[in-house]
Amino acid sequence: MNEPKIACRNLWKLYGADPEGFLRRHGGKPAIEAIRAEGYIPAVRDVSFDVMPGEILVVMGLSGSGKSTLLRCLSRLIEPTAGEVMFEGRNMLAATESELIELRRHKMGMVFQNFALLPHRTVLDNVAFPLQVRGTSRQERESRAREVIELVGLKGREAYYPRELSGGQQQRVGIARSLAVGPELWFLDEPFSALDPLIRKEMQDEFLRLQKVLNKTIVFITHDFDEAIRVADRIAIMRDGAVEQLGTAEELVTRPATPYVAKFTQNIPRDRLLSVRSAMVPAAPRKAAKNAICVDDLLASVARQVVTSESPVDVVDGEGMLVGTLDRAAYIDTLYEQEPTR
Amino acid sequence: MSAVALDRPVKVDEATILGKATRPALVILPFLILFLAAPSLPGWMTTVPKAWAIPFIDWTNTLIDHLREDMMFGLFSFRDLTRWVADLITWPLALVEGLLVSGFPDVGVPAMPWVMTAGLFGVLGWFLRDWRLGALAAAGVAYMAVFGKWELSMITLSVVLVAAPIAGMIGFLAGILAVKKPWFEAAIVPILNVLQSLPHFSYLIPIAVFIGVGHKAGAIATVIFAIPPMARLTILGLKGVAEEIREAGRMAGCTRFQMLWMVEVPAARQALLVGVNQVIMQCLAMVVIASFVGARGLGHDLLFRLQSLKIGQALESGVAIVLMAIVLDQLSRAAAEKQPSHAKTSGIWIARFPFLSAGIAVVGISLFLAAITPYASVWPAELTLSTAPLWDGLVDWVMLYFFDPLQYFRDAMLLYVLIPVRSLFQQIPWTAMLALVAMAGWMLGGLRLAAIVSGFVLFIAFAGFWERSLITAYMVAVAVVLCILIGLPIGIWASKTERRAEMAKLWCDTFQTFPSFIYLIPVIMLFKVGDVAAIAAIIIYAMIPIIRYTVFGLRNVPQHIVEAGITSGCTKRQLLWNIRMPLAFPEIMLGINQTIMFALFMVIIAAFIGTKDIGQEIFRALTFNDAGKGLVLGLCVAFMGLTADKLITAWSAERKSRLGLA
Repeated sequence: MNEPKIACRNLWKLYGADPEGFLRRHGGKPAIEAIRAEGYIPAVRDVSFDVMPGEILVVMGLSGSGKSTLLRCLSRLIEPTAGEVMFEGRNMLAATESELIELRRHKMGMVFQNFALLPHRTVLDNVAFPLQVRGTSRQERESRAREVIELVGLKGREAYYPRELSGGQQQRVGIARSLAVGPELWFLDEPFSALDPLIRKEMQDEFLRLQKVLNKTIVFITHDFDEAIRVADRIAIMRDGAVEQLGTAEELVTRPATPYVAKFTQNIPRDRLLSVRSAMVPAAPRKAAKNAICVDDLLASVARQVVTSESPVDVVDGEGMLVGTLDRAAYIDTLYEQEPTR
Repeated sequence: MSAVALDRPVKVDEATILGKATRPALVILPFLILFLAAPSLPGWMTTVPKAWAIPFIDWTNTLIDHLREDMMFGLFSFRDLTRWVADLITWPLALVEGLLVSGFPDVGVPAMPWVMTAGLFGVLGWFLRDWRLGALAAAGVAYMAVFGKWELSMITLSVVLVAAPIAGMIGFLAGILAVKKPWFEAAIVPILNVLQSLPHFSYLIPIAVFIGVGHKAGAIATVIFAIPPMARLTILGLKGVAEEIREAGRMAGCTRFQMLWMVEVPAARQALLVGVNQVIMQCLAMVVIASFVGARGLGHDLLFRLQSLKIGQALESGVAIVLMAIVLDQLSRAAAEKQPSHAKTSGIWIARFPFLSAGIAVVGISLFLAAITPYASVWPAELTLSTAPLWDGLVDWVMLYFFDPLQYFRDAMLLYVLIPVRSLFQQIPWTAMLALVAMAGWMLGGLRLAAIVSGFVLFIAFAGFWERSLITAYMVAVAVVLCILIGLPIGIWASKTERRAEMAKLWCDTFQTFPSFIYLIPVIMLFKVGDVAAIAAIIIYAMIPIIRYTVFGLRNVPQHIVEAGITSGCTKRQLLWNIRMPLAFPEIMLGINQTIMFALFMVIIAAFIGTKDIGQEIFRALTFNDAGKGLVLGLCVAFMGLTADKLITAWSAERKSRLGLA
């Protein structure tokens, strides 16, 4: 169970005349300046991470940061220049064409930014498509497709063509298609970026609802930090092809590893992201007060209690043991990102 | 830091100002010097010395003779092979012709009654777009029956119906191969470029040599002529499939085969159907011209009547051809534009399959009608209407009232425009032309482009037809200038409102579908034969693209830039000349490029009405079955077009990318 579902080690993707030779000449780890100086384009630089079963890893970055290329290297839609991609402990980069096809037919699903629906097929046929190419009988694939279509809330639209649907509905078809084969690994490439903000929010909720039921291992690409916070277990922030920092949203906000990450996270509404843990002062164990707050509560949810209290409020863990206290000065300092005055 | 930032733009400005002044000068100056110094230049620099001529024609003819006479594949010769392949087309041709017009006397089955053909065309139009298209298609077919063109038009239609699928399939497979194998694409694209700029007649001559003359040869020529556009549009369509859709296919676990047939080809459906439309229209254009090698049908009828100067009757045939072009174009265009929509899955059978039901009903009803009245199967000759008297009347009327002014106009045109321009062209030393083209190529696309276009010019020079080519160039130049003078204002006018732009597009689309040969009819009527008539024909035909691209270019200037102009306080005139025109200009240049190509096509066909240029030579080669000469001359024409095309597209691409429009 503790084996990562998918992992990559020292993954590189460079574009240019002879990327392999270039990497070799620089001992496999060229600096960004050297890459640029020789006219190569750094799409993915030395990326390593693990994604555990059932985890949602969000890869976040601005356009051109290499996040989409990284995803395509993981799914081998693009051949990486160097490095390793391990899927359930097997080396993906050594897989032959037919092994890869087998993997994609049974273990992987992908959702695309612009939906990538096949315009000449109905909703039902689009969703059934991955089953059809792997040779599932018509009856079986159609009943499975109807199941997934119902799951994403499109029941009744089976006979429609993509162009007859709204953007949000089209992406539901895209999601249904990617789920049709019952994949274990789910890639989502900016799935909601092409949708307008209200629909996007609705689709994020829908996605979280689905994930609660399905519990897939997910690599999710976005350029929207709010979206990343809403859906992620962990977030990797990319810049110029390299991962600047990988951690939970709370870690990124409270302990940014680089100025770039700090700049990204500075406008985040911290009260809805940070928990009491990141603001409290540890305290020696004693009996907790009756109105103690929980260490995992979001700061926003305890605002009134902390701010109106003259004295520090007790903080307890899940078992009711006292772990610290929180006074209003620390609360406000944490929210407004000031160095503690104490 | 700030000093650097300030310095930069100034430097760039200097460079562009310098560039603006010197680049055109560098192109024109060598040309001007050579042109003005022509009288004092040594002879070899002004006219191509006879001794330098490279015997391309002899080489080609030797090759062809070798293929024809000596090449053996064991039991049969190359010519046997070509004839055998050509014979294959007689089977489907006989089948379709039998269905449509001649019936199958051997088995005692008559041809389809005309009401059935008309009805089925109607249902097809209704299915592909709406009842209006259905009515148009049915009326078009009925016209052929009622106005006595039934047999001729159905023969022409059978050639199109047989040739188009064959050409389409070959072109489609070639396109797929090109997309999948880069080496094949590298080989085929230049060939397609040349093939698509070869005049129609150049296709006919080798056909006549290897297959002979007759209806079958005409059908083969039609097939071959229609292959290139399909191959090109297949390449374009498959490459245009969004990368994401391809990735979706791969992530679904498609094999290569599934990828091609289940993802790429269906996703490129629309572009492929546009290709089919092109193929059908090219087939129709070619089958008309193929009457020169003996293809039967409407084209043969038209040719015969033009040759005997029966203008009224020629107009009657022309109308039938035009009508057929409109119906075929509209039907295939509707097929390309048709979007899938979800079908009813419940209800009675007729409601679920309305078009199939209607088709079956048409067949049933027309068989019934044919059984009770012969009028339904073959329109009786005594009831056939003819429009010829009407057209003859029109011709007489025109001659009566316009003869003098037309004559006057023709002579003035000849005396004051054509003859001076022609002699001017004939004075251009070939080295001057070479210098002009080479310098333009160098400036626009570097040494590579310069080498390519110089190669084209050198081929024309050494093929031994430089003087003839200059006459062709002069006619094309005059016609293109006139096209711009007339077409540009029309395009500007048409771009002013959405409605006009739509109208202009409709007219251009319609006129472009007419086989080019048709345009000779009114021209002969007005100007008889000669250079003026030829140039008039070229102008009518080649005006279409300049109008189309002007309207398109002007209407597609980014809206926010226009709005920026309006808020800066531009008047309408300023808006047009300072904002829309400069931004649309690269597009308009592409229109001019097309106009040149169209003009070259037409100038060759105009050889039919007695020009003295390269077209006349091709025409003569056709009469003498001189395939080598026909091909080399065809290449001369193609290379003239490609020279203009390479230079203009290079300029337009550079300009567009500088304007940030690409």
